Parts: sequence; structure tokens; C-alpha cells
Amino acid sequence: MAIPHDQLIIFDNVSKFYGEILGVNRVNLQIAPGITSLVGPNGAGKSTLMNLMTGLLRPTRGKVSLLGIPTDQPDKLFRKVGYCTQFDSFPRGLTGREFVASFLLVHGYEPKRVDELTQLALERVNLVEAADRKVAAYSKGMRQRIRLAQAIAHEPLVLILDEPLNGLDPMVRAETIALFRKLAAEGLHLIISSHILHEVDMMSDRVVLLNNGYIVAEGNIHGVRDEMEEHPMQILIRCDQPAKVAAYVFARDHVVEVRLHDDRRGLFVKTRDADGFYLMLNRAIADGEFNVESVAPVDDDLSAVYQYLIGTSGGSA
Amino acid sequence: MSSAVDAVTNRTKEPSPPWALWLRQIGAIFRFEVQKNFLGRRAILIYLLALLPLFPLLILAVVQPPGNEWRDFNKIKEIYAVLYNGLILRTVVFFGSAWIFMNLFRGEIVDRSLHYYFLSAVRRDVLLVGKYIAGLVTSIVLFVGTTVVAILLLYLPHFYSQSMRYFGEGQGMGQLLTYAGITILACIGYGAFFLVVGLFIRNPIIPALLLYGWEWLNFLLPPLLKKISVIHYLNSLVPIPISEGPFAVIAEPTPAYIAVPSMLVVTIIVLIVAAYRIRHMEIRYGSD
Repeated sequence: MAIPHDQLIIFDNVSKFYGEILGVNRVNLQIAPGITSLVGPNGAGKSTLMNLMTGLLRPTRGKVSLLGIPTDQPDKLFRKVGYCTQFDSFPRGLTGREFVASFLLVHGYEPKRVDELTQLALERVNLVEAADRKVAAYSKGMRQRIRLAQAIAHEPLVLILDEPLNGLDPMVRAETIALFRKLAAEGLHLIISSHILHEVDMMSDRVVLLNNGYIVAEGNIHGVRDEMEEHPMQILIRCDQPAKVAAYVFARDHVVEVRLHDDRRGLFVKTRDADGFYLMLNRAIADGEFNVESVAPVDDDLSAVYQYLIGTSGGSA
Repeated sequence: MSSAVDAVTNRTKEPSPPWALWLRQIGAIFRFEVQKNFLGRRAILIYLLALLPLFPLLILAVVQPPGNEWRDFNKIKEIYAVLYNGLILRTVVFFGSAWIFMNLFRGEIVDRSLHYYFLSAVRRDVLLVGKYIAGLVTSIVLFVGTTVVAILLLYLPHFYSQSMRYFGEGQGMGQLLTYAGITILACIGYGAFFLVVGLFIRNPIIPALLLYGWEWLNFLLPPLLKKISVIHYLNSLVPIPISEGPFAVIAEPTPAYIAVPSMLVVTIIVLIVAAYRIRHMEIRYGSD
């Protein structure tokens, strides 16, 4: 069923140039609720896309709307949108609580409601104990979390997060990912940029891969992988007779490469038709041709897709 | 999921009708900015500027200066007129307003904190109004304070009883209020100018110095060009006109009923330009 436009984030042929330098070019994108990750190397255009979504930048060409609201109407837009930027700077002299509360007051909330929302946001990012200390004395991870608190304090429908896991220790990172999942389950849009591919892979419903200002792929990561016909899917089969299995599968048209695992207890198969391969393998096992311990795709994750499409191994934690 | 979305939609509804909301937002921005203006690290310079004319007057209050004019009560208003025109209006109010109003936006760009305002559910023109009013109140409190304290420091220490009569029963209070009014008008006019300069120009010191030069050389300009300045209208309002020297080109002062509305109209036009600019402004700290 098609999702109504007022529940989508829409980029309609959007380009952004900084003078003669390309930010992003000819972006057409429709983002549905759930967690969407923007992935790409430095300078790919991730932050530019986020800044365009929030009106901090204006498109050179095209239009951007979030839930049906144009980005040049901040008074309407930021009732529904929260943005946690990468800028690690704060108004001077404020405590964490004052920082969150100040901008809720600017939103126009009554002081009592501001106190409630501030407390709730601080609790959600687990920063209540440090809330009355000056932001200037915060660690990098705490500054990241207080910015997150500020972005979610007014309970937005769309949450845009530029590298939100940067600077967080593993425990807080896990908590933050759990919070993102919870917010997505509530029906929010979460747009996250990250260079930590395995975390993006773990939490995203879909990804948008960017390189040099262009979208090179978008959608569910497995769907994107399936469409990459020039890179056959690689599958690892664990079994006790790898040579026999290799001979059997290599006879199929769609299998382009078979290679034995170094430990001689399995084999790697490259196929252009993963679904057909799994079907064939199931039949062979059912017919008693051989025994198989496990079957798993090797390059069906974001890291592999990133490597194939963008040509580097991406970042890591 | 739709019920969840509906629930979230309900909780993100605008809290009240626009005017009430805008006033509340202006109030919040005003409080935040006034606090920064008075207590921020940039406040030191405007305190020093505001106190600049008061230091010599404090010394004069303690030590009777030589010269007959200091012993003549009737000369004091002329001394004050020179002090006001040369030091308070043209230097303290001018540079103080430049510092306060340019930093309203430019300072936040330098500190990389303007995006927090731009990411709030507030119209950018409402933000502009809130910041402008905050700048105005800051400058008026400080510089009207300087204007009033300076006049009192000049009169009271050496001519206490005469001064009390002068301000209580004579023309003194009228003159004091007129000077205070001129200072307020200067803050309004210069404030709007420097606010818009801070929005358009990366290094606003240069246009500030250019305007400073233009305002200082105003006495040499032909009558028509004189009117393209703030100082001409402010000088037209001073209760005690001062001589601008032998090289000055004399021009008729603009009557108050034209000077005051003209300055207010020009200020509104400048603020409309600023509002247009801020509505189209991008956050690109790297290029600033």
C-alpha cells in the first residue's frame, strides 16, 4: 500500500552546489517511517542531505518536504522534526538542563511543560545526574547525548541524527541504538548518518548509499544486494564433504565460482541467483545427496555492498 | 501504527494561536539574549564603553578643574553638549551598538551556535524581532544609563543646590529626557543598521568603520548628503546645538516631527531587509 505523501520525506530532483563545488546532485528520494541510514565516505553528501532536510541549507534546484511541510517553514517543520547535528558547539555558560529547556522555551512551550519535557528527554538519554552541570564540563559522549536530548525533547515525528553514535562508549552506544529502535517502533522516522557499518546494518530498515554527491543505492540492504547482478552473491556452506558439494553445485548455470574453505570443512559459492541456489541446495539435502551443517550469505551485509558500490571497506568502530 | 502517529501528531500540535505563541517565543529569545548580552564574555567591552565617559567625569567630580567655564553653572550645559555629541553619541553609543547588534547573529555564527535557533519551531523573523528587542533593551539600559549618569556627574558635585533646582523646576529635566530620547533613537537606528550588516557581511568591522567615518565627516557634507546619515537627524534633536567648526557646511536641522518618524521608518525598512535575509540564510559555518 502506498504511503501518503504527508508521511514521507521527499527529495524531488534536489541538487545543492556550494559555488562550483557539488554537494549533492539530482537526488530523488522518498523516505518512509522507520530507521533509514545515510552511508558514504567523507564528503559523500550525507550531512548536506541532512542540512537540506532541515532547512539549514537551501537546495540550488528541486524541493524537499518532510511530512508534507516545505523546509522553508521552520515554525511548522520543527514541531515535527528534531535534528541532532554534528556541530560540537553550544551556547556558552549553560547547564545541560538549561540547554534543553532554553530551546523548548523558544519553541513556545509553557514553563511547566518545558520542565516535564526536559526531564523526560534527559531520562531518555540517561543524563539526569549530570543535567545540572555545565555543558562545557561534559565529555564528548555526554555532549553527544545532551544534543540528542535537545533533538528529541519536543517529541518530534522525524528525528535526524548526524553521526549520533560518535564518541559514545559501547554501553551507551547499545542503549542509544535501543532508544532509536524504540522511537522507530513508535512510528517515527529516524534518519541516521553513520560510518560504523555494522551498527548501521544492525539497526536500519533501509539504507541510502551516497558517493560524491550522488545516491548510488537505496532501499532495504538485502534488496540492494540482490539487485547487484555484477557482483554474484557469495554463500558459505559448512559441511563434511566440501569437494562433493562443490562438484554438485558447480554443475548449475547460475553458480559462477566455487572455492574450498581454508579449513577444508566448507566452501564458498558465488551465484547469480541466490534464491534459485537455496532451492536447489534444499532439494539436494532432502534427496540425501550430502549433509550440510549450515548455509549463510557472506556478502549480504552493508559492508559488502559498500565495498562493491563505493570501492572502499568503509569505516569501522 | 497510525494510532501511534496520531498520538505523536497530537502531542506536537502548536500549543496556542500564532500571536500568543510568537509573543511567548519573543519573550524566551529576549530573556536568553539579554542574559548573554549582559553576562556573556562579550559584555566586558560594552561595559567598558559605557563607563568610558564616566571615568573622567568621576575624576572631575572629585577634583575641581581649572578654568572659568567650570565655575559657571550656565556653561555646564554647553560642556555636556560637547561631551554628549563627541564622546557619548558618536563613540560610546555608536561602537556599543555596533558590538551588541552585530554579535546578535554574527557572534553566534562565530560561536557555531546559531543552528540551535534555526532548528527551533520559530519563524526566523520572530527570532529576528526577539534578538533585536534584546539588543535594544541592552543598549538602551547601558547607554541611557551612561547619558543620565554623565549629566548628573557633571552637574551635581560642584553645583548641587542649583542643579537640584535646575532638574526639579527648570529646564534640566527636559534636557535630560531629550538627551535620553536621542540616545534611545540612536540605539534604534544604529542597532538596525548593525544588525543587518552582521547578517550580510562576514567581517562587519569594515562597514562599521566606513559608517563611522561618514558620520564624523557629516559636518563637511553638502546639505543633501548630510541627510543620508543617522547623526544628522540626531543632531537636529539636541537641545543645545554645538558648533561644528569653521569648515562646517551649515544645513537646516530637520524638525523633530520629521526626524523621529523618518528614523523609525528607515529602521523598519532595514529590519524588513534583515528579515528577508534571515529567512534565506543558510548555516555554513565552515565558510564563515
